[in-house]
Amino acid sequence: MATTPIRATHEIHTRRLSRNLGLGIVLVLFVGLVYGLTIAKVGTDPRDDLGADWAAGQERAAK
Amino acid sequence: MSDSTFTTDQDREAGFGDYFALLKPRVMSLVVFTAFVGMLVAPAPINPFVGLVAILFIAIGGGASGALNMWWDADIDAKMKRTLKRPTVTGKVTPDEAKVLGFALSGLSVIMLFLATNWVAAALLAFTIFFYVVIYTMWLKRWTPQNIVIGGAAGAFPPMIGWAAATGDVTLASVLMFALTFAWTPPHFWALALFVKNDYANADVPMLTVTHGRRVTRNHILGYTIVLAAVAIGLGLTSIGGPAYMAVAVAMNAWFIKGAVDIWRRDDADSEADNHLTERKFFKFSLLYLFLHFGMLLVEHTLMRFGLGGW
Repeated sequence: MATTPIRATHEIHTRRLSRNLGLGIVLVLFVGLVYGLTIAKVGTDPRDDLGADWAAGQERAAK
Repeated sequence: MSDSTFTTDQDREAGFGDYFALLKPRVMSLVVFTAFVGMLVAPAPINPFVGLVAILFIAIGGGASGALNMWWDADIDAKMKRTLKRPTVTGKVTPDEAKVLGFALSGLSVIMLFLATNWVAAALLAFTIFFYVVIYTMWLKRWTPQNIVIGGAAGAFPPMIGWAAATGDVTLASVLMFALTFAWTPPHFWALALFVKNDYANADVPMLTVTHGRRVTRNHILGYTIVLAAVAIGLGLTSIGGPAYMAVAVAMNAWFIKGAVDIWRRDDADSEADNHLTERKFFKFSLLYLFLHFGMLLVEHTLMRFGLGGW
């Protein structure tokens, strides 16, 4: 009876790897994005110490 | 488990790209472009990073509605050649997985857009997803030949959402940007339907060319093209328009109306004789039409920054 040799890496593994790797990258990007968004929002909010300077700068530029 | 079952299961293992395909990346590119223009021409500055995040989640919201569309329409997608390669049809992703991904990304995109910008933009995005999935996909698509007109509305919301993300409001200019894509969709799509043999009939999806005939479709193309021209010119008269936009809009709409009149004057015998040349030209031009109108809004906006554009 002919048998099919077992290969260490089947195409199915490549697909699983792409799925896992893709999801991993998406999650890391999402964390970075939320972090960046926090900095951007706080940094441009005039009610916040960090953003007060920015708001003053914007006002000067507008004048 | 038999060998054949094993092989089938292996074939159905999805890769990352299969899940990405659920989001209809080609449709997303139009969403990104028009939302970007809507945001940039709005009369309120937005932090570039916040703007980038907003565009990303508007695109993801659009993609989520694509995934929900594939969940609901998996049965008819399997009957049409154009949609045979969709992951829900090939079995790489089950319709239930598409549903879960669609709902999860819908919620995520709306919440993230709200956190990044404001509730008006988030509410508009939520309404867009609801409109595309419930009103279009579940209700009207299989019921009326005007489905493409209604479906076009969902694709027309992104510039309005982009505008709202920057300003937090809805104004005449943003509504007219919506109306531009809304009125553009029917002539664009029906011109394609006149020269491409589609198999919507096999899937029991009513298309105007089948339900009312090609003569009526030609009439509709002309009607919507005239409405479209009025919208395009009207948009040029708002605060985001100007001489540069208007010059291009007048030239393009004159050309577009001429194309629609040519299509209207022809019958199927003329059309078959030259292999639908006029219809093909009209369709190709329609792609450039939308791109240039939104592109010129950007040009006008850039000119205004140098004190040159605008009225």
